[in-house]
Amino acid sequence: MSDLYHVSSSPHVRSKDTTGKIMLYVALALVPTSLFGIYNFGWKALLLMVVTIASCVASEWVYNKIIHKDQTIKDFSAVVTGLLLALNLPVNLPWWEAVIGGVFAIIVVKCLFGGLGQNFMNPALGARCFLLIAFAADMTNYVTDTYTGATPLAAMRNGETVNTLDMLIGRTAGTIGETSVIAILIGAIFLILMNVIDLKIPASYIITFAIFTLLFGGHGLDANYLVAQLCGGGLMLGAFFMATDYVTSPITPVGQIIFGICCGILTGLFRTLGANAEGVSFAIILSNLLVPMIEKITVPRAFGVVKEAKNKEGGK
Amino acid sequence: MGLKTFKGGVHPYEGKELAKDQPIVEVVPKGDLVYPLSQHIGAPATPIVAVGDKVLKGQKIAEAGGFVSSPIYSSVSGTVKAIEPRRVAVGDMVNSIVIENDGEFTETAYTSCDDVTKLSKEDIINKVKEAGVVGMGGAGFPTHVKLSPKEPEKIEYIIANCAECEPYLTADYRRMMENPKELIEGMKIILQLFGKAKGIFGIENNKPDCIAKLQEMVKDDPRLEVCPLQTKYPQGGERQLIYAVTGRAINSKMLPADAGCIVDNVETIISVYNAVKLGMPVMKRVSTITGDAVSKPGNFLYSIGTNYTELVDAAGGFKVQPEKIISGGPMMGFSMFGLDIPTTKTSSSLLCLTKDEVAALAPSACINCGRCVTACPEQLIPSRLAKFANNGISEEFEQWFGLECIECGSCSFACPARRQLAQSIKTMKKQVLAAKRKK
Repeated sequence: MSDLYHVSSSPHVRSKDTTGKIMLYVALALVPTSLFGIYNFGWKALLLMVVTIASCVASEWVYNKIIHKDQTIKDFSAVVTGLLLALNLPVNLPWWEAVIGGVFAIIVVKCLFGGLGQNFMNPALGARCFLLIAFAADMTNYVTDTYTGATPLAAMRNGETVNTLDMLIGRTAGTIGETSVIAILIGAIFLILMNVIDLKIPASYIITFAIFTLLFGGHGLDANYLVAQLCGGGLMLGAFFMATDYVTSPITPVGQIIFGICCGILTGLFRTLGANAEGVSFAIILSNLLVPMIEKITVPRAFGVVKEAKNKEGGK
Repeated sequence: MGLKTFKGGVHPYEGKELAKDQPIVEVVPKGDLVYPLSQHIGAPATPIVAVGDKVLKGQKIAEAGGFVSSPIYSSVSGTVKAIEPRRVAVGDMVNSIVIENDGEFTETAYTSCDDVTKLSKEDIINKVKEAGVVGMGGAGFPTHVKLSPKEPEKIEYIIANCAECEPYLTADYRRMMENPKELIEGMKIILQLFGKAKGIFGIENNKPDCIAKLQEMVKDDPRLEVCPLQTKYPQGGERQLIYAVTGRAINSKMLPADAGCIVDNVETIISVYNAVKLGMPVMKRVSTITGDAVSKPGNFLYSIGTNYTELVDAAGGFKVQPEKIISGGPMMGFSMFGLDIPTTKTSSSLLCLTKDEVAALAPSACINCGRCVTACPEQLIPSRLAKFANNGISEEFEQWFGLECIECGSCSFACPARRQLAQSIKTMKKQVLAAKRKK
């Protein structure tokens, strides 16, 4: 019997893509943003990154160990979660609060729901929102040696004018990774070129938000205001790196556009009506919750199937 | 890229350079020949010989078992040794006629036809039916059934499937390079059946020499046309090919004829030519014997029924012991646990790989990345279908159009989590269809 050959179901070849490689690309795409964060806010930013990544990876390792699951830390997804969380924190946050954030992201948002691929909410954003509520003062303290003022969006809300060029480059107060639009876009272009993300979600998100702001923002056709709104408050980071999270966005192509529109409308609502000047994080995690419903109504019609057939079979 | 194609698809490693430039070599069968009675879609053929009978090369040994069925001919002269179940490429045991080859190759006489244009439509279809022509690309659907649509006057395109989109396979390519005349004449015979139809050769652009050659040969015939296609798997899928060539989309409940099309592959059309023009039944075909385990990969013309072992010997044997051998291409072919398997009308290739790359891969969690969605040529959501399949939820499986799957394997190929999406979906499809038949 030893000379039997291997048998398996077709196909017998596979592409070179792996989950680990995709996550590594995402981590690489965050490098410009991370480097700019360190440059802008100093070594404390690096410390926070190290702390969140370590706590995320360690939480996953320990969790898997305790419930006897195969180790999954090698897929880099915990690294990406940790890094994204750090980029969403103000640099002044005490390190132990960041650790709590990392543990919350991995254990509560991700592992308790079944681990990679099963969480219904973006872990990094879930943790950020948790920290915003748990440590409200620390999480909204953006004052550093360099930046003594408020974040650009908060400043605009107080009627001050902001320098949009500074916002593009990133020389403003804010969370570690949200300030530099240019650094974020470099990473985003890399992800698009590597086929990791496409423009459906980011474009529909950003365009919807822009239209919403023009119509209901109360500033009419004020280009400066619009650009500042687009560049500020982590919108770019959210649109390209958080809303595009595979697990928590719809898999159906039309669903992705609807999801982007939801994010855009919610962000617009929070910013114009909310007590806070930002709102990207909450907009995205709320939209995350809508994903199952969005998918349900956007099952694409299969190739060559005409509409009548769909009503007969799939129209329940 | 202005080239015609379909939406979705993948780009696997082509591997065609291994055998592409090897001219077709004829293999003379030595050992016993085995003819499974089911080497086509439809009812199995009924044997018309008994153990001990002497048969000639080209003699009918099994009669079609119904309208959707096909007769089988002996490809050697010799004695019927047994009629017994034998293992075939897909793994099943199938009742087969075994013929002991006397090595003489004494042939029956064939009645060739000097002027095929004088034949009536019924004559042509009868000759195709009698010769046992079936879809030789792999499906094995009896060609005479395909050529007898309900409304023949509505057929507008006869599409020659010259895509050969499966990696590694080069048999059709060699046929086009070496036997283009037979291919074109075969097409013309089919066109005789359908007055309105145009004959189109759909060829992937990784075969520019074939495109140029056929274009040159058909340029004076207004009814023939070469349609270059983008190189992408599964360009040779029937629905994908029809869409690329005509822009018409069909689903699983429709036949190509519903879109005014009939699709036949290269080897099949050449068999039609042999059947109608030369009066010769289907006895031989060309296959590619290839893979990194084979000493001299190449393309071989052999007698159907020859054991795969003899074909591997013809290709110089193994230079390295293979880990996996596949009948057909790497995307849709069947892996076999032994070489002692007879070739059939649908054996397009034998692929011998030193490494079974799939065995080493462990599936991990789906991250919902959507690569399977982008890859699916049927615009399905394979990851969800596989989930429904694994959980046995047939209702949602159908609502998400699971039955439209063409089993091309693009989803599994693309999956970065190495999930066996196609396998799950294929299994569920069979169960759902079986349950439907019971009702």
